[in-house]
Amino acid sequence: MSVKLVYFAWVREKIGKGEEELDLPGDVTTVAELLAYLKTLGEEYDEALKFPEAIRVALNQEHAHHSEKIAGVREIGIFPPMTGG
Amino acid sequence: MSLTLHIAVQYEDFDPAVEASRLTDGRTGVGALVQFTGFCRDEGGRLSALELEHYPGMAEAELQRIAEDAVGRFSLIGLSVIHRYGKIMPGERIVLVSATASHRQAAFDGANYVMDFLKTAAPFWKKEHNADGSRGEWVAAKDEDDSARDKWVKE
Repeated sequence: MSVKLVYFAWVREKIGKGEEELDLPGDVTTVAELLAYLKTLGEEYDEALKFPEAIRVALNQEHAHHSEKIAGVREIGIFPPMTGG
Repeated sequence: MSLTLHIAVQYEDFDPAVEASRLTDGRTGVGALVQFTGFCRDEGGRLSALELEHYPGMAEAELQRIAEDAVGRFSLIGLSVIHRYGKIMPGERIVLVSATASHRQAAFDGANYVMDFLKTAAPFWKKEHNADGSRGEWVAAKDEDDSARDKWVKE
């Protein structure tokens, strides 16, 4: 499955890019599995996602729990807890 | 009376008086207007600026979701939410929430609710620029912001 990943704030800085298109292995079906998979892609990913429980994820621009399925999702946002306002 | 709902995510500054007019001009059913403005602080001279990053598309969509929840929950007559992004200097405005209702409590609560959810769910991130030129850090999320949001859920 090919999906667009977009990164923000210190997740973006640590991974070193704002977005990328990735082909995900078939056994990556949930948000939690996606984060675990990304950590294997290199040191910069491992560092950015070192504490996955602290990472927030949006599926097609809506907040999602780590247990949610990603099948059919076109865009996945990955970012730290928000600090606007 | 039709509802006025205005959401904007922009670099440009905004004028609270313009938003007040947007929500009250010709609206004879409005009994209360509450406006909250958030500013960039210099933290005692330590900061030269804040850099506001946002998730384009999702930021607007999330503010819209929060605003619609607030309108339904507090029977607001009008609601305007404006959030800036980019480099913002100390003393400049960052965010404006304006809420109108028939009575004051709904307007106060509506504005408060929007801010509590905006802080924890709208995809914006602040990075500090230090006045002494050293590398600035990303602002860390605060537990008390989560607690402020959760009080609306428990009630």
